[in-house]
Amino acid sequence: MLTALLIMTGIALVLGAVLGYASIRFKVEGDPLVEKIDAILPQTQCGQCGYPGCKPYAQALSKGEADINQCPPGGEEGIRKLADLLGREFKPLSEEHGHEKPKAVAVIDEQLCIGCTLCIQACPVDAIVGAAKQMHTVVEPLCTGCELCVAPCPVDCIAMVPVRETVETWKWKYPVFELRRAA
Amino acid sequence: MTARLFSFRGGIKTDSHKTESSTTPIAPAPLPQRLVIPLRQSARAGARCLVEPGQHVLKGEQIGVPEGNLGTAVHAPTSGTVVDIAPYPMAHASGLVTPCVVIEPDGEERWIEHAPFDYRAAARPAVLAYLRDRGIVGMGGASFPSHIKLGPGSGFDTLVINGAECEPWITCDDCLMRERAAAILSGATLLRELLGATRTLVGIEDNKPEAIAAMRAAAAALTEPLEIVAVPTLYPAGGEKQLIRVLTGIEIPHGKLGAEFGVQCFNVGTAHAVHRAIHHGEPLISRVVTLTGNVAHPGNYEAPIGTPIEALVALAGPQPGTDRYILGGPMMGISLPDLSIPLVKGSNCVIAASPALFPPPPPELACIRCGACARACPADLQPFELYWFARAKNFGKAQEYNLFDCIECGCCAFVCPSHIPLVDYFRFAKSEIWARERESAAATQARDRFEFRNYRQEREKEEKAAKLAAKAAETRAKLAEGGAAAPAAAPDDSKQALIAAALARAKHQQATAHPRNTEALSPETQAEIAEIEARRRKAFPPQTDTTASSVPQTEHQSAGEDSK
Repeated sequence: MLTALLIMTGIALVLGAVLGYASIRFKVEGDPLVEKIDAILPQTQCGQCGYPGCKPYAQALSKGEADINQCPPGGEEGIRKLADLLGREFKPLSEEHGHEKPKAVAVIDEQLCIGCTLCIQACPVDAIVGAAKQMHTVVEPLCTGCELCVAPCPVDCIAMVPVRETVETWKWKYPVFELRRAA
Repeated sequence: MTARLFSFRGGIKTDSHKTESSTTPIAPAPLPQRLVIPLRQSARAGARCLVEPGQHVLKGEQIGVPEGNLGTAVHAPTSGTVVDIAPYPMAHASGLVTPCVVIEPDGEERWIEHAPFDYRAAARPAVLAYLRDRGIVGMGGASFPSHIKLGPGSGFDTLVINGAECEPWITCDDCLMRERAAAILSGATLLRELLGATRTLVGIEDNKPEAIAAMRAAAAALTEPLEIVAVPTLYPAGGEKQLIRVLTGIEIPHGKLGAEFGVQCFNVGTAHAVHRAIHHGEPLISRVVTLTGNVAHPGNYEAPIGTPIEALVALAGPQPGTDRYILGGPMMGISLPDLSIPLVKGSNCVIAASPALFPPPPPELACIRCGACARACPADLQPFELYWFARAKNFGKAQEYNLFDCIECGCCAFVCPSHIPLVDYFRFAKSEIWARERESAAATQARDRFEFRNYRQEREKEEKAAKLAAKAAETRAKLAEGGAAAPAAAPDDSKQALIAAALARAKHQQATAHPRNTEALSPETQAEIAEIEARRRKAFPPQTDTTASSVPQTEHQSAGEDSK
């Protein structure tokens, strides 16, 4: 009886030590789930989800505080991917957070810009260049289309212009066989 | 000497339809009314415009400087006036517009000064830069810049010149080899020297006996380590990897290039263009293009780059019944959305397609898993698997099955008994994957920039706080040194310290300041002042430690008391 108890205690101690060592040796830095969610999010940093950036929304999602249908730039495809990853039910984009729009970039009307730097401070990805009382301009390849610069502009000189398809970004369409009426 | 030939797996035998256009010699195409020269000659890279509307340009004058690593220069194909710089549709499956320079020829064909390039005296990078500035690109269809393919100039042993021209209907390389064999071989010699290769193999399909004979005759006059090899006619023997396999036996594995195995491949048209550029100083401003199909006079024409396709078609005499025009061959070419599209450096053929010549495909049926496509695939892929994944938009899986090794030759779709447009599915899947890669690269960039911005804002806040603390500490140190009344406030409270310092400063100022008009006064004024002082003292009895700042306070207090 005593031997059995001792053996069991011994095994428990050894396994406990192994597990304890493993938890220190193989400790995972950060939350891997947050990273996975963050990889799905479009990184627009627009804040339409109600969180100050994509990472905070990812953190809220991983804690179960936020719903998966709060990201308009990610669109339906993004919601589907989040639903797959988090094992939740797909639901359409929530109305209060906005609508899915084609990708657009901010364009500053340089004739109207007064150089107030408010848009520069609002841009989450530092995609606007300019200085006080100097003309500002948007660096198009860096703009994520978050629209955060539109509201602060005191002279309403920022417009969101949809990105046009170019030869480089054009995509082959999904093949469809056209039905023709037989004569 | 006959080298042993190898073979590649798959491939198809098609009706070659070469004789329609190869019997007549290459004819110069007349200058059209307007030349539309796209600054972007391929989807890969563009050029920056050098001219402006109204400017007169000479034949061969550079109108676009290369942009980016893969850019090549663009030149005026004739002398004339630039009338417009605007977006026009481009020779691309999308039919999207691209910036073009429109030149109205003056008909004089006046050349810009040009001279042969002494490539032996120049350093290798200078020769490559010269080729780039002459706008030399691959003329087999892909328009890849030749100076990049010439690479570092070492590690090559074999140069392959591609004269296979395996696609049906196209005969421009065939005619070029028949008529300008010496120039092609001179270009091949230049390319071989630039590559540092030890031998040249020219592969020509054996359905072009005249071209083989002409090339052999030209080669006999040279002392080059050069061999003209007739390869069996089997589509796509002219594919780069396939031709290298047939000629050298080297099978280039997935994800690698011929360059890694000491082999580089150039088209005969490119060799000809390199010869013209180096030995004559001429940029690439024209090319031989096959006009064939449902036309009265099929043949090959040497046309300036920028000639609208409709002008070319008019030369060949279009016939009724044509329902679409194909740019390139029937296997890999694209249907032209618009006939105003100009000829570019990579356009080798225009086919007028009629339902009689190219019957519309029968309806697409379900895949019956027969495996015919896999047997025909020259890239050793399993097109049926790729088809299922592409159709289901399961792109990750399609990539696992090496979708990007597909050369889009069309063999699988050609043999498919269910008439499935397999290549369309593969092109769709490829462009979707590229789009996703672009999006994810943009997202990564945005994330990095956002995180850096947050870090920067934090850093700025800290820097500001540190600056304030340093200033406060400095003031405190000064106070301690000066021996002035030390503030009673806690020394680590920077705000308190600052207030105390300000008070001390004010006190010091008051102590040192003298009323300027109190010296050398008359006795009457002196008496008047004394009287006022006495009155004031009577009204406000002096307190023990009145400071400058507490004076107004006292006044207020007393005023309040008065009102009570």
